[in-house]
Order: sequence, then structure tokens, then C-alpha cells
Amino acid sequence: MSDVMLEVRELTTKYITRFKEDVYAVDHVSLKVEEGKSLGIAGESGCGKSTLALSLMGYYFPPLHYTSGEIIIDGRNITGMNPDEVRKSILGKEIAYIPQAAMNALNPTQKIINFVEDVIEAHNPYATKSEIYAMAKGLFEVLGLPADVLQKYPVELSGGMKQRTVIAISVILSPQVLIADEPSSALDVTSQKMVIKMLRNLMDKGYIKAMIFITHELPLLYNVTDDILVMYAGQIVEKASAKEAVFDPLHPYSKGLMGSIIVPEEGLRNVKLTTIPGVPPNLKNPPTGCRFAERCKFVRPECKVVSIPLREVGNGRAYRCILPEEELRTYYAREARTNA
Amino acid sequence: MPNERKPCLSGTGVTKVFGLGRNKTVAVDNVDFTFYEGEIISIVGESGSGKTTLAKMLLGLINTTEGEIYFQGQKRDIGSHRKKKEYWKSIQAIFQDPFSSYNTFNKIDTVLLDCIRMRGGGRLPHDQKVAMMTEACSFVNLKFEELTNKYPFELSGGQQQRLMIARIFLLKPKILLADEPTSMIDACSRATILDMLMNLRDEIGMTPIFITHDIGLAYYVSDSVYIMEHGRFVESGSADDVILRPKEAYTKRLINDVPKIYEEWDLSTV
Repeated sequence: MSDVMLEVRELTTKYITRFKEDVYAVDHVSLKVEEGKSLGIAGESGCGKSTLALSLMGYYFPPLHYTSGEIIIDGRNITGMNPDEVRKSILGKEIAYIPQAAMNALNPTQKIINFVEDVIEAHNPYATKSEIYAMAKGLFEVLGLPADVLQKYPVELSGGMKQRTVIAISVILSPQVLIADEPSSALDVTSQKMVIKMLRNLMDKGYIKAMIFITHELPLLYNVTDDILVMYAGQIVEKASAKEAVFDPLHPYSKGLMGSIIVPEEGLRNVKLTTIPGVPPNLKNPPTGCRFAERCKFVRPECKVVSIPLREVGNGRAYRCILPEEELRTYYAREARTNA
Repeated sequence: MPNERKPCLSGTGVTKVFGLGRNKTVAVDNVDFTFYEGEIISIVGESGSGKTTLAKMLLGLINTTEGEIYFQGQKRDIGSHRKKKEYWKSIQAIFQDPFSSYNTFNKIDTVLLDCIRMRGGGRLPHDQKVAMMTEACSFVNLKFEELTNKYPFELSGGQQQRLMIARIFLLKPKILLADEPTSMIDACSRATILDMLMNLRDEIGMTPIFITHDIGLAYYVSDSVYIMEHGRFVESGSADDVILRPKEAYTKRLINDVPKIYEEWDLSTV
């Protein structure tokens, strides 16, 4: 039995707009990341992936507000902690977060080593410069970044290199959990692969104990993570292992998402891509019942009335749909036959 | 299969050099190509490979340093602004960033009316114009009634990109240059956009040229693929040949770096 590094129970967070409307971007989300595991979060833009990432850290600032639920990091409950406290004792040490355009966060007038000094000094004011340098150099070498990067300015580095540098800096205090929000979406394929390799390296060498990886690129998620959560309109609609999520999705939304994968592999040329018609619901007043009902092909009248719980089906799988597993599979099989 | 393939756009020795002397950068280096009518073409390359520069030259937005571009077998003549406008009736583009492709001060009606005017429909009665715009919007699953009096920035990225396709629907060009049409939108809307572009192609019989770094997309949509590296085409041929049986080391590396789902993704080769 491995340790649970991060556990979230029924977390709900909301944005309050300037018209004082509540938008529940994360709605009763529960998740668990065990030591040595990586969890992927998939979903289209605006489904609450990034808000979930922000909420997980317990670091709330307006317009994002905490509503209910619990966050437990490595056995420590951080629910309701004051943001200042979170910044001092949680961020960097317990959880590191890499935002989408992390490389743009580098101040162009500072050398890379200065950022490293900033991070370490904030948590350990007594560290000397030479200690910091030795520490940074050691980490950079392990991660396959040349040590002379430390003495360079951000403009001297390529995009992929900057991104990897930021990742290296964020894990310098060996946090337990790394949250990577689209860490490679602005990079070309080769740099992307380097970033992924580095993240794998971090896990293997024990710099981080668990990882949460957020992206809308499913082939990438499939290759990086052990488990995948599919989010739709602020809710988790499916929870499965990476393999099951890609090859045997249950929820109609996940099915649609997996049907839009394009990879350069034999046989995928003549496959018809599935498209999901319509747009996600406005979370200002979310529909009662299933949030996907408006766009679902298999919609039943009762879908729009009763709210549907996340149903556990064993092996850590769960999905949020009124239809039983077998019925959904029959539908998908029939669909596959008509498309062929 | 037509027995005779008509070339719609071709070039010989097309070169673009930026800067002078020590700062000289050869962005596109002496490329030859022939794109045939009705084919779907993809130009694939990493960032900095010169694919967007080539696209701009094809569009006539920048001049070529050397070489000639032929349009429908004739030498392209875009010497004057009037001729350029004439040329743009047959070649149109969709760019990567839908947010910056629109004039912020123009309402969506204006954007679409401009297209009708460009096709010579400026003097048509108003009802007819509205009917045309409604048709174009419904083609891309947008509702024209909801768009009137809105500005492009009020739409989401996917909607803006679809509005771009609605423009193309009205303009009916012979060639459509799609420069990274889906790189700013997520995977799910990507399928929708590609689907629409393919429908549009059948509808108005244009020749799409995709410029992309996404090899999966190139493989999925195109008939012939050109791989570009440092301003040169390193490999070209049918999609199946180039992507499934690559010959050049560069192409092999590029394909190897894309995450796969059926084959093992080899991380050791970076």
C-alpha cells in the first residue's frame, strides 16, 4: 500500500464575477494521487482544468474563492489555511506548480541563478550563495541541463530550454507533488519530448513523489500518466487508468474526446473523427441533471432532471452517466460498425 | 481520379533572404514545388523552418528575393495593388491566431459584408446579403442572428476560427492557405474545424494548403506532404509514403518525437 501524497475530498471552488455572480468552476471534485503515480486531467478549454490546479494548492485569491471540501497534502490538512501561510509553507516545498506559459515568468534582466536564489532564500534565509550554486548545479546536471545555463539571461535560451529551466527551478526544494498545467503546449515536438523526459526523470530520481499533469492533448497524456480524469463543466465525468480512458472510455463525452485524437500512425488516416456538437454549458447557471445532456447522443428524458452521481464500477474506475456500462459499450460498438 | 492534373500553384527557385551582410538569414532557400488542383497539401516543419515565410510569399504579402511563383500555369503578376486584390480573390488564408486576424473595430456583419463586396456582391439587395451571411454562418454552426452587432473579440477562439471559415465560404477562393489553423484551439474543437474545412473543400472545390507543425494533422488530412527544414524541402511525397515510410533522418526524428498511442513512444532518443 503506497502513501497517498495528495487527497482532495469534494472540493468546490467558485469564481465571483464583478456582477456578483457565482461561477462554480470546480464542483465536488475528489481525487487521490499516490506516491510514485502521475495523474492526468483532460478536458476541453474552459472545463475547469486549470482552476482545479489552482484550487488544489489551497492558494486562493479573488476572484477565486474556496467554498467547501478538504485538501490533504502528505497527511496534512491545509483546508482553510490563510494564503500567506500557504505561500510560505506549502508552495515550493509541498506542491510546485508550473503554469502554462511558465517560461514567460522569467524576468529578462535577471540571470537564471538569481531565480534559484530567490526560491531558496524565501524558504531558507540562511543559505549562502555558494551552497545555492552547488545545489542548483547538481540538480541541473542530473536533469541534463548544462550548468552554464545558470549564468545566462533568459533571452539567451530557447523556448524549450527556458521551460525546462523553470521546471528545474520549481522542483529545487523537492516538493512532494508537481502540478504541471500544459507544460509543453507552446513548444514544438522535439522540445516537448525533452520536457516530458525531464518530468519522467524527476519522478524516477525521486525529486518529486507524485505528479498531476494537465493537458488537452490526449496522446501526450496517455504516454505520461498512469490515471486519467476527464473533466467536463467543472465536474469529473470519468476516472480510469490511462489505457482504459483512451481505448475503452465509458462516458459519452470521454468517448467523443478520444475520438478526436489524431496521431501519425498507420490506419488512422481513414478513421472519421468524432466531433461533439454544441458548446459546454454556462456555469453561471448550470443545467440541472447531467451537464452533458444537451450535447449527448444517448440522452434520455430523465438525464435533464436528476443529478447524476459519479458511479464507481470497480478497479478504481468511475463515470458519471445514467446509462449502465454494458449499454454504453453496445452503443459504441454499434457506432463503430456503422462508421466502418 | 482526373487523368490530367492541373497545377494551381507552383514555384521555381523561390528564395527569401532577410537582412544583409553579416545579419543575413536565408528563411526560404531555393525551393521548387508544384501544387496540383484538388489535392490537399501539407507543409510540415518545426518553428523557424521557414514555412510561414513561404506562406506569406505564396499569398503575396511579402516579395520573393529570387525565384518565380506561377499561378495556374501563368507567371504570377502582383505588381500593383489592384492586381494583388485580384489575386486575393483566388487565394485566401486562415491564420494561427484568430484573435489577431480581425480588425477589432469592425463588427462581425462588416467582416462578412466585406467578403460579399469582394466577390462583387456589393450592390445586392440587403435581404439577399443577409441570406448569404446566414447561410455562411449556418455552414459553420454559428447563428447569424446572435452574431449581428457583436465584435469578433466577444467570441471564443473556436468560434472566431469558425467565423474565419464562414468568410472563406463567402469568398470561395481557389486556394486556401491554412497557417496552423488549429494550433490555438483544443483537440476537441480541432476535429470540428478540420471537418468543416473538409466540407468546405467539397462545397466550393478549393485546394487547401495546410501549414502546420502537427504531423498527426498532416497525415490525417493531406494527400501530399512536404517536410521543411531550414528553408528547404527535405522530403515530399504522398502522405502515406512520407509519414509511414520516411526516408530522411530529419523526417524520422520528427515523427518519432510525436506521442503515439498504438506504438511505444521512445523517450530515450532525445
